[in-house]
Amino acid sequence: MITLQINGEKHQIDVSPEMPLLWAIRDIIGLTGTKYGCGIGVCGSCKVLLNNSPVQSCMIPVSVAEGQNITTIEGESKNLQLLQESWGELNVPQCGFCQPGQLIAATALLDKNDNPTDDEIDEAMIGNICRCGTYQRIKKAIHRTVELKKQN
Amino acid sequence: MKPIKNVSRRSFVKSIGLASGGLILACNTSVFSDKEKTPENLINFNPNLFVQINSDGSVVLIASRSEMGNGVRTSLPSVIADEMEADWSKIKVQQAVGDKKYGDQNTDGSRSIRYLYEPMRKMGAIAKAMLISAAAQKWQVPEVECSAENHFIIHTSGKKIGFGDLVEIAKTLEIPSDESLTYKNPKNFKYIGKHLKGVDVKAYANGSAIFGLDKRLPHMKFVAIARCPVTFGKVKSFDKSAALKVSGVEDVIEIPRIEKPFGALGGVAVIATNTWAAFKGKEALKIEWDFGENQQYDSEKYMNQITQNVHKEGKVGKNQGNINNAFKNAHKTIESTFQLPHLAHAPMEVPNAVAWVQGDTCEVWAPTQAPQSTRKEITDYLETTEDKVTINVTFLGGGFGRKSKPDYIVEAVIASKALNAPVQVVWTREDDIKHGYYHTTSAQYMKASLDKNGKVTGWLHRFALPSIVSTFQPGVGYAAGFEISSAANVPFEIDNLKVEIGQAPAHVRIGWLRSVINIPHGFSINVFADELAYAANKDPLEFRLNLIGKNRIEDTQDPIKYDTARLKNVLKIAAKNAEWGKELPEGHAYGLAVHYSFYSYVASVVEVSMKNNKVKVHNVYTAIDCGTAVNKNTITSQMEGAAIFGMSLAYYGKITAKNGAIEQNNYNDYKMIRMNEIPKVHVEIVDSSEKPTGVGEPGVPVIAPAIINAIYKLTGKRCYNLPLADYDLV
Ligand code: FES
Ligand code: FES
Repeated sequence: MITLQINGEKHQIDVSPEMPLLWAIRDIIGLTGTKYGCGIGVCGSCKVLLNNSPVQSCMIPVSVAEGQNITTIEGESKNLQLLQESWGELNVPQCGFCQPGQLIAATALLDKNDNPTDDEIDEAMIGNICRCGTYQRIKKAIHRTVELKKQN
Repeated sequence: MKPIKNVSRRSFVKSIGLASGGLILACNTSVFSDKEKTPENLINFNPNLFVQINSDGSVVLIASRSEMGNGVRTSLPSVIADEMEADWSKIKVQQAVGDKKYGDQNTDGSRSIRYLYEPMRKMGAIAKAMLISAAAQKWQVPEVECSAENHFIIHTSGKKIGFGDLVEIAKTLEIPSDESLTYKNPKNFKYIGKHLKGVDVKAYANGSAIFGLDKRLPHMKFVAIARCPVTFGKVKSFDKSAALKVSGVEDVIEIPRIEKPFGALGGVAVIATNTWAAFKGKEALKIEWDFGENQQYDSEKYMNQITQNVHKEGKVGKNQGNINNAFKNAHKTIESTFQLPHLAHAPMEVPNAVAWVQGDTCEVWAPTQAPQSTRKEITDYLETTEDKVTINVTFLGGGFGRKSKPDYIVEAVIASKALNAPVQVVWTREDDIKHGYYHTTSAQYMKASLDKNGKVTGWLHRFALPSIVSTFQPGVGYAAGFEISSAANVPFEIDNLKVEIGQAPAHVRIGWLRSVINIPHGFSINVFADELAYAANKDPLEFRLNLIGKNRIEDTQDPIKYDTARLKNVLKIAAKNAEWGKELPEGHAYGLAVHYSFYSYVASVVEVSMKNNKVKVHNVYTAIDCGTAVNKNTITSQMEGAAIFGMSLAYYGKITAKNGAIEQNNYNDYKMIRMNEIPKVHVEIVDSSEKPTGVGEPGVPVIAPAIINAIYKLTGKRCYNLPLADYDLV
C-alpha cells in the first residue's frame, strides 16, 4: 500500500511502487485533469506540484511521491485560482488539453516570483508544449494575473 | 417541404437527447448548401439541428460539430442567439451524438461555419417571430407592436414578457413563412463579428473538461496495441508470456487488420487494469512480424526518386498558352526544386477511444472529428444496423485531421467485442508518431520565364507527391483532383502556364493534415514567386501585387468565387500593418506570403533575424479575409495558432522512414515550437459581408514560405527544402 496526499486528501492505493505518479492519479485515483502527452518528460501536460515545485508526473514513481504534498489542477492554491481567472478573461485555451499542465507550471512560477519578466516566463514554461499554439495568450494571461494581484 | 419545422410535439424529440417540453425547432441544414439540394432532401425531413426554448427561459442548442479547438461550440450558437435576440448567457450547447439525424457532422475542411451560418440565422429569425406571435396573442395586440430584446418580448406600451413565459403558446404555432421573416441588419449584431469567449474555457482551465482520454466506465479495461512498424505488415507469431507477468496485465489478444481506409491496422493488444500496465505489457511483448512490401520504403531514397520524376515531363494537369514558346523567347529563365518531408499531426491528446459492445449494439465515447464515418465503420465491422451504434463525441485534445480517421475507434470496438467488456484503447505518443496518416512528402520543380521588363511570361509547376487518394484506392500513384487544382489555380496573370504531375506511389497511409495540399503548394508558389521578384530586380510586395494582376474572378469551378481583389487586399493589409519598407533593426528582415485556401484569403509578413546562424521570428503580421467574421476571438486565436503550427513545421517538421519504419518517436525528436521561440502575432480580420469561409486551416500555409523569404532577404541564401533544422538554422 502506498499513501498519496493529493490536494489535501489522503489516498491509499495498491500499485507497483514504480508506477508513474501520472497513472496513479489518472487511472487509480481518478483525477483526470492531469494529462498524458508524451510519457517521457518533454511535453509538460502531466505537470503537478510536488511540495510546490512543478514536476512531470509521468517521470516520478509513486514511491518517490509518497509522503509529499501533491497539488493537481483540481486542487487549490491562490495563484492557481487567479491564473484560471485570467485564462478565462483572455480566452487562452483552444483545444484545452495542454492547459492543466500550463497552469500548473505558471502557478509554480508565480509562487516563487511575484513579477516575472518575459524571459523568466519563457524559462518557466519552456517544458510545456501547446500544439494549438496558445503561447502568446498564456504569456499575456500570466502578466495579467500579476497586474491583478498588484491592484489588490 | 420546409427545411425548418416546429417539432415540439413530436415523439422523436427524446431520442435526440432533448428533454420534452418547450418550443423545439428542427432544421434540415442540408437544404441550405448549394450542392445538396437533392429532391430526396426536400421530400424527407431529416432534421440535423435543434433549438429548444424551455419555460425557464433556457435555450438548448444541439451542436453538430466536434469541438477541437476551433471554437465551433461557441460560434454556432452565437449566430442563433444574435438573430433571436437571446441572452447569450442563457444558451446551453449540447453535443450531438453521431447519428445521421444530425446531417454532416464531420469537422474538417474548415466547413462548419460555411455550411451552417445561413440555417443558424434562419432558425434564430423563426424562433424570434414565433415568440413575437405568441406575445401578440397573449396580449391581444398586433404583432407589429411587439419586438424582441435580450430574452424578452417588449410591447410598444412598455410591458414585457420573458421568452420562457411564451413557449407554451409558441409551441402551438405554425412556422412563419419565409417572406414574413425579418433578419437583423448586420450593423446591429451583438454577438456575430464580436470577440466572444469560448463556452468551455472554464472547464479547460480547471481540468473538468472530459476528453476522450478521460472517459471512464465501470469495469473498463485499458488496452495498448503493438502495431507492425511497417505500414500494413502483419503479425506472424507472438510470445505473450513476459507481458502477462507485468502486474496489472490481464490478457493479450490479437487484433485483426481491417483492410479499409479507416480500418484498424491490426496488431497485438494488451489488456490491463490501468494504462501504465497496458503500456508496460506492450513493451514486454515479443512479436515476429511479416513486414510486407512497404518494408522497402526509405524516405530518403524515395525523395531522390520523386525528385527525378519532377525533372522529367509528367502528366498534364493544366496547360494554358504555350509554355515552350514562353521559355524559348524568354529574356531570363529561373528554375528551382523544392523538397518537403512527411509530417505527423501529433495532436496533444493521443488517439484513444472507449467502446462497449453488448450483443449487436455498441456505444462509443471518443474524440472524433468524424462521428458519422465512425458510425459507419463500426456498423460495418459489427455487421449490425446504424441505429444500434451510438457515438458520443468527447472534447478533442486537438485533431488537425488525425481524428477524422476513426481507425483507433474501430480498434476499441474490436477489443470490446473480443473481451465482452468496456475498453479504452490508448495510443502511446510513440504509436501516434509511428502509425499515423502522414501528410504527404513532395518534390516540386518550378520554372518560369521573364521578359526584359521583369514580367513573368511562363510558369511551369511540376510536382510528385503520394496522394491522399491512395489511402482510399490502394495503388493510385499520382496526385489527383484537389491536389492538382491548388497548383492549377495559382492566381497569377501569366499567359503561359503549365502544371504537370509526376509519379509518386504511397508506402505509408497518407491523410489530410491542417491545410493539406496547401502546405506544399503554398510553400513552393510563395518561395518561387519571391525568387522571381529578385530575378526581376523588384520589391517582392510590388512584384507580387503585379503578378496577381488586375481584379478579376478566377474560374475555379467552385461554388464560392475566387476574387483576386480580395487576395491583393489581404496582402496589402499585412504589409501595411508591418509597415513594409520601413527600416528594420540591424540584422532583421521581412518576408511575405499570401495564399487562398478553404475559400479564405490569408497573407502574412514575418520579421526574422539571425544570430549565431540561428533564425528568430520576432513578429508575424497576418491578415485574413474569411467573409463574414462570426466570432473574431475564434478567428484571431486560429491565426495565432496557425502561425505556431506553421513555424513548427518550418523549423522541425520531418517524418522519415527507414526499412519501412518511421524513425521518429515522440516530441523529443518530432519537435514543436515552444514558449521561448514564439513571435508576436498580430492579426487583422477584413470586414466583409460575404459568406463566411474557413478559418481553421488557411492560416498555416503562408508561414513557412514567409520565413524562407525573410531568410533570403537577410542572408542571400534560399532554403528550398524544409525543415530549417536540416540547414542547422534553428
Ligand atoms: S506526459 Fe509527462 S511530460 Fe509529457
Ligand atoms: S490548447 Fe490545444 S494543446 Fe494547448
